[in-house]
Amino acid sequence: MRTDDLSSIILTLVTFAPLAGALLLTLLPRRDRDIRIFALVVSLLTFVLSLHLPVYFHRAQAGFQYEIDKPWVSTPNIHYHMGVDGFSMWLVVLTTFLTPLCVLISWKSVHDRVKEFFILLLILETALIGVFTSLDLFLFYFFWESTLIPMALLIGIFGHERKVYAAVKFFMYTMIGSVFMLAAILWLYAHTGSFDFVTIRDQIASGAVPQFPAAAQWLFLGFFLAFAVKVPLFPFHTWLPDAHVEAPTAGSVLLAGVLLKMGTYGMLRFNLGLFPEQARRNAPWIMVLALIGIIYGALVAMVQPNMKKLVAYSSVSHLGFVVLGIFSFTQAGLNGAMFVMLAHGISTGGLFMLTGILHERRHTYEISEFGGLAGPMPVYAASYLVIVLASAGLPLLNGFIGEFLVMSGAFQDKAVYGVLAATGVIWSAVYLLWMYQRVFYGEVTHPVNNSLGDLSLFEKVAIWPCAAAALVMGVAPILWLGAIDPAAHAALTSFAQVASRAVGR
Amino acid sequence: MMVSFTPAFSQALPQSDDYVRVLPEIVLSIFGIIVMVLEPLLDEEKSQKVLGLIAFIGAMAGLGATWLMSQTPGLAFWNTVRVDGFSIFFHVLVIAIAAVVILSSYEYMAVQRIRAGEYYALILFGMVGVALMSSAIELVLIFIALEISSISSYVLAGFRRHEAASAEASLKYFLLGSFATVFFLYGVALMFGATGSTNIDQISGILGAGPIPVLAYVAVALMFVGLGFKVAAVPFHVWTPDVYEGAPAPVVGFMSTAPKAAAFAVLLRVVFVIDVHAIFWVIWVSAALSMTLGNVSALVQNNVKRLLAYSSIAHAGYLLVAFAAAPALGASAAMFYAATYAAMNVGAFAVVSHFANAGEKYVTLEDYEGLGRSSPLLAATLTIFLLSLIGIPLTGGFFAKFYVFSAAVKANLIWLTVVGVLNSGIGAYYYLRIIVVMYMREARKDVPVTPIPWTLGLALASCMAVTIYLGVVPGSVLQYAQDSAQQLVRQYAQPTLLIPKQVQGSPQ
Repeated sequence: MRTDDLSSIILTLVTFAPLAGALLLTLLPRRDRDIRIFALVVSLLTFVLSLHLPVYFHRAQAGFQYEIDKPWVSTPNIHYHMGVDGFSMWLVVLTTFLTPLCVLISWKSVHDRVKEFFILLLILETALIGVFTSLDLFLFYFFWESTLIPMALLIGIFGHERKVYAAVKFFMYTMIGSVFMLAAILWLYAHTGSFDFVTIRDQIASGAVPQFPAAAQWLFLGFFLAFAVKVPLFPFHTWLPDAHVEAPTAGSVLLAGVLLKMGTYGMLRFNLGLFPEQARRNAPWIMVLALIGIIYGALVAMVQPNMKKLVAYSSVSHLGFVVLGIFSFTQAGLNGAMFVMLAHGISTGGLFMLTGILHERRHTYEISEFGGLAGPMPVYAASYLVIVLASAGLPLLNGFIGEFLVMSGAFQDKAVYGVLAATGVIWSAVYLLWMYQRVFYGEVTHPVNNSLGDLSLFEKVAIWPCAAAALVMGVAPILWLGAIDPAAHAALTSFAQVASRAVGR
Repeated sequence: MMVSFTPAFSQALPQSDDYVRVLPEIVLSIFGIIVMVLEPLLDEEKSQKVLGLIAFIGAMAGLGATWLMSQTPGLAFWNTVRVDGFSIFFHVLVIAIAAVVILSSYEYMAVQRIRAGEYYALILFGMVGVALMSSAIELVLIFIALEISSISSYVLAGFRRHEAASAEASLKYFLLGSFATVFFLYGVALMFGATGSTNIDQISGILGAGPIPVLAYVAVALMFVGLGFKVAAVPFHVWTPDVYEGAPAPVVGFMSTAPKAAAFAVLLRVVFVIDVHAIFWVIWVSAALSMTLGNVSALVQNNVKRLLAYSSIAHAGYLLVAFAAAPALGASAAMFYAATYAAMNVGAFAVVSHFANAGEKYVTLEDYEGLGRSSPLLAATLTIFLLSLIGIPLTGGFFAKFYVFSAAVKANLIWLTVVGVLNSGIGAYYYLRIIVVMYMREARKDVPVTPIPWTLGLALASCMAVTIYLGVVPGSVLQYAQDSAQQLVRQYAQPTLLIPKQVQGSPQ
């Protein structure tokens, strides 16, 4: 009974625990050590709370769980409606998992305006979790926009040389992308009288929305544009390398690990959930864009002299897999897309942390500045190897499962998509391993690198959970897929209906 | 003869209720006169504090009087004034603006060495006009109210007497403003010619009864010119940047909100009278132009006051979007927007006026560099107002934009909505620039940081409280706005104006 009580409010607790922590943090005196410890405690507490979700999740059951639905504003009819299914639950856990690691990795590297940094980080966590848990379109948009401010400030205040440019570019790109989504949401509200995701979905499915057929394509595009910028799908990706290179390590981790997933999650939830017919109709060109993203991202990553930019472009490539999987409309594709999201969050988060560690020691991301680091930094090199291999998709590590599923889904849809996507896997092995070789193997080319210290305790505590998670996810993916599979199945039934209706006519 | 004379005569005499229904105006006038009388009697040092306090008490008394007024809704003074939810809403709004502006002027006056007496009196008198505009339903009375408020603002704009820019602002505002009010007056005259009446209720009845004469359309269009000038809507906006730049910063906070809100109130009443579709395209074009021109011009501004001037043009555009939408939906959205805009803009100008320092020396973007470090509280406050102006969630600005666009979509104005949302994206850039220089740049100039006096602190705190309150629990204010808008619709009910209460789909 007690877990039931907790289940009804758990999403509220998980979502707002970091915000409450941030508010308390504003009252704390400016003693940096205390602030760091406090932020760590808050983020760990949130993580522990969020573990309630997978533990008590009814796996076989599709649909939303832990729902809470309370009226917030009467006119317009806005509800505080939250709930998670197999998709969003894992993204919530991913967020809460990465945030404590971000706190740890920033322990030493952030020493100026420490208080502001951790306040922003915790606010960002709340906004991110809110995006994944809200089932009211208004609430969703609300959290969606709320992620912008803390992220832009994290980049703009705590970033590197061209931080202001990167912060403003990030802000403007995503802001302009998302106003079209707002217009689409407003249209839906005007014609359904509700912001509730489930209500709107059912009304659309039953054909009860007036003028819907004429507007559907525009609505689909309105949502899609906002998400495509966030993913980022080629050709909307240009903000990403700038934002990543300039962002502080923790910012990059959350940006790549979670923020980008907002876009793919949005496609999965809204583009597929609300507009199955339009999704099917638009799938060909979207999949082409995704494939271009996979291959182009990989090729550009390969020639990057800057390690962080390389990782950033690898995100473009990996996220292409996600989009490809989503728009293949196959069970395997959807499962794989979801799994790549999680795996990418862990492994790319890890890569950014490791890259940040090197930057802290040498203040550069240039690959040519390094070489033979395996000698002076053995633990670091070993950790890096695990994460690189996970990212490159080595079997038994997490990257493999997702990409395999996506490719099999793409094959089922159209063989050529699968073939092209498969080259992406090869490319990713090329650019990652080549980078690894140049940085870690051979003789130490710059004498200054001989004196670099190996991982400190905080860094180990931040990195190793990522490596461990990558291994567990690779060995026992069923722990995750068990909950994802029914959600994917449910997401595809609406397509089956659309298809059968089309045949019936 | 005598039999019919007696009731007519007793009707002709104002009753006590009549006075209650204009009580806020009476109270404000009395306090204005008190300030004027006391001013020569006090020595200069003292007058600053005492007169400011009296003016503030006056504004508070005005709020109390509004409460009394709200207890007796109805018509007053031979059907020239109507107290309804609508006028009460705007009374509370504009008097609250005045109170906050008086609080934030307190320090400013001392720093700028401006003699305080007439200043506070003019704000109170201006408030009389502004408040009367929202409750008057007789076009001639509206014109008089408009003039009362305008003349006060002309003088207030020139209050930094030793500055050429301020004199220029005042003169420019006066010349162009008088020109614009003439248009309004001309519109009133034509309306009288078309309908034989200057009473909005009667006009509404006459126009509703038969085909609408072309003259009436012309009249409304001319009135729109006059009011468009007041609200700084494109193409009647050219005065705005210069006047806002030259006028004292707290006055700009006042000018850009209170008279604007009142002009919108009049516009709302006027568009209800006549079939909106007649001037629908006029409003549509003006809204689209205001948003676009305001935002695009603001992008390149370096002076914060000028930047906020262009931003106010853009915001007038957003407000006009609500007007172009169906009346009842749009009216409540516009009222909510006016309230939110007042809170955030008065707040932003309060910060600007504090930071500007003696002679308004520090008003460029470079001066704001590093403000986040040197004066974190002030910077954080300004940031919240700016975020609200952008329309970021948890601030009132978000819901304000949201309601406006949602009303527009409901009225099927998809293109106008697209223009609007695109503009709010563009607009984010220049507000963000201020935040960027405050937090992400190191100070290059030596800008003095003065402590925030409690009066200003109180003003800022109340603006911030309202901004955030409207962003978190907007329901009650919106509900009130909707109720009074419905009331307004019923008063001037014309079949074409009625809209279905709720679009289909029942929220559970």
